[in-house]
Amino acid sequence: MCLGVPAKVLRVWSVGELRYAEVDLGGLSKEVILALDEPVNEGDYVIVHAGMGISKIKEEEVEETLKIWEDLYNQGLHIEQ
Amino acid sequence: MSDLRLRIKELYERNPKASEIVKIIRDYASIIKKHVKIMDFCGTHEWTITYYGLRSLMPNNIELIAGPGCPVCVTPGYYVEALIKLSLEGVNVITYGDAFKLPSVRGSNPKSLAEAKALGGKVTVVYSFLDAVKVAKERPNEEHVFFSVGFETTMPAVSTTLYYRAVPHNLYVLSAHRLTPPIMKYLMSNVKGVELDGVLAPGHVSAILGSNAWEFIPKDYGVTTVVTGFEPLDVLLAVLLILKSIKEGRAELLNEYRRVVKPEGNLTAKKTINEVFTYVDSYWRGIGVVEGSGAKLKATYERNDAEVRYGIKEPKTHSDIIPGCRCGEVVLGLRKPTECPLFMKVCTPENPYGPCMVSSEGTCRIWAENLPLSVEGI
Ligand code: SF4
Repeated sequence: MCLGVPAKVLRVWSVGELRYAEVDLGGLSKEVILALDEPVNEGDYVIVHAGMGISKIKEEEVEETLKIWEDLYNQGLHIEQ
Repeated sequence: MSDLRLRIKELYERNPKASEIVKIIRDYASIIKKHVKIMDFCGTHEWTITYYGLRSLMPNNIELIAGPGCPVCVTPGYYVEALIKLSLEGVNVITYGDAFKLPSVRGSNPKSLAEAKALGGKVTVVYSFLDAVKVAKERPNEEHVFFSVGFETTMPAVSTTLYYRAVPHNLYVLSAHRLTPPIMKYLMSNVKGVELDGVLAPGHVSAILGSNAWEFIPKDYGVTTVVTGFEPLDVLLAVLLILKSIKEGRAELLNEYRRVVKPEGNLTAKKTINEVFTYVDSYWRGIGVVEGSGAKLKATYERNDAEVRYGIKEPKTHSDIIPGCRCGEVVLGLRKPTECPLFMKVCTPENPYGPCMVSSEGTCRIWAENLPLSVEGI
C-alpha cells in the first residue's frame, strides 16, 4: 500500500479537472489519477503510489545525484586520517 | 531510448561502485569514532536496508534503526472494530490489502476484517482509492466504506477525488490518516532512549510535503536529515552524507532523492489535502496521543464521511495493545523485532499476532521475511 514505484506513462486524459493516466507498472497496465504540478506526457516517468501519480521523475537528476559521491571519491575523500 | 527504470536499477541497485561508497563510509566512521545512530523513517527504507543486507556492510559504530514508517502498525484498533461490525451488517468495507489482517481491539471476535470476511462479512480488498470508487459505482445499491489508512502519500488520492467531486454518494471514507512530521517531532522531543545522530527522511512522503518539511529536525534538534530514495545506493549515499555532516560538525537538511523530491513538494496534492482534511490530536496504536498528527475530513465533505454516517467515535480508553506484543516499542526504534519473545514463534507473517507483522511496511514482517534467522545477535 505504501509502496511507490516508478511507472511509464502510456496515455493521459482528463475528466473535468481530474487528470488520469494509464501507466505501465512493470508490465502491468494500470489506470491512475495524477496530482502533479507539471504537465505529464506519454513516455514520461512518474512515481505511482496507491493508484496515484505523485511525482514526475526528473531524468537529469538520475545521473546528477551520483556525482555527490563521485566527487567525494575523486577528491581523495578529503579526509585527513 | 532506454527505459529509465532500467537505468535507475543499473545505477542505484546493481552498481559495482557501491563497494567504493562503503569504503568511504568506513573511512568516515573510523574518523568519527563515536557511536552513530541513524533512523529510517519509512517501511520501504527498512525493507531496502534489510533485503540488501546493508546493516552488515556498516562499520561497528554505525547503527541503522527502524522508526515509525508503518502507518498500518499504528492504526487504532477501534477503527477495525467498527469496520468489522459494519461488514457483518452488510456494508461493504473496502480496504488496502495491508490492513486486511490488522488485528482489532483486544478480545475481538472476529479478530480482523479477514476473519469477518470468512464469516460472511462484506469486505473488498483493493489496490487504490480509485478502485474503491469503481467498486462503489459498479454496485450502486450498496453502501461502501473505504478504510483510508496511510501517511501523506495515500492522502492525495482521497483528497483529489473528493475535491473534484468524483466520489459517488454511496462511498464513505473512514479517515485513519496519520501525519509524519508530528510523530517525528514527538519522537525527537518525548521519547527517551532513541537519541539520534541522523535521519533518513521518507522519500515519497517528501515528494508530497517537500524536503523543506524536515527543516525543523536539523534546526531544532541538531540532527542531520537526508531525504532518501529507495534503492540500496540511495541509502548508502544518504548514510555517507550524514557521516560527512557529523565529521564536519554540521547539522543540515539534504536531499539525496532530487530525481523525485522538490523542496516545496507537490503543491497540487498539498492544496487538495489542505482543502479536504483538518488536523487533530490523534492516538497512535502502541504509542499514545500525538499532537496534530491525525487527519479527518472537513465538515464540507461530511456527506462522504464514514465517521458521521455511522457515528464512529473514538473510545475514551484504548484497548488495542495486544498482550505481549512490543510493536509500539518497535515502531519507536526502542526495540528490535528479534527482541520480542513472540517473534517467529507465536507471531509470523502467515499468522500475524501483532500489528507490526501484518503490513508489508511493518518492521517485524520485513525482518521475518528477509533475515537469516539462524544468525544470532542481530
Ligand atoms: S513480533 Fe509480533 S508480537 Fe512481537 S512486536 Fe512484532 S508484531 Fe508484536
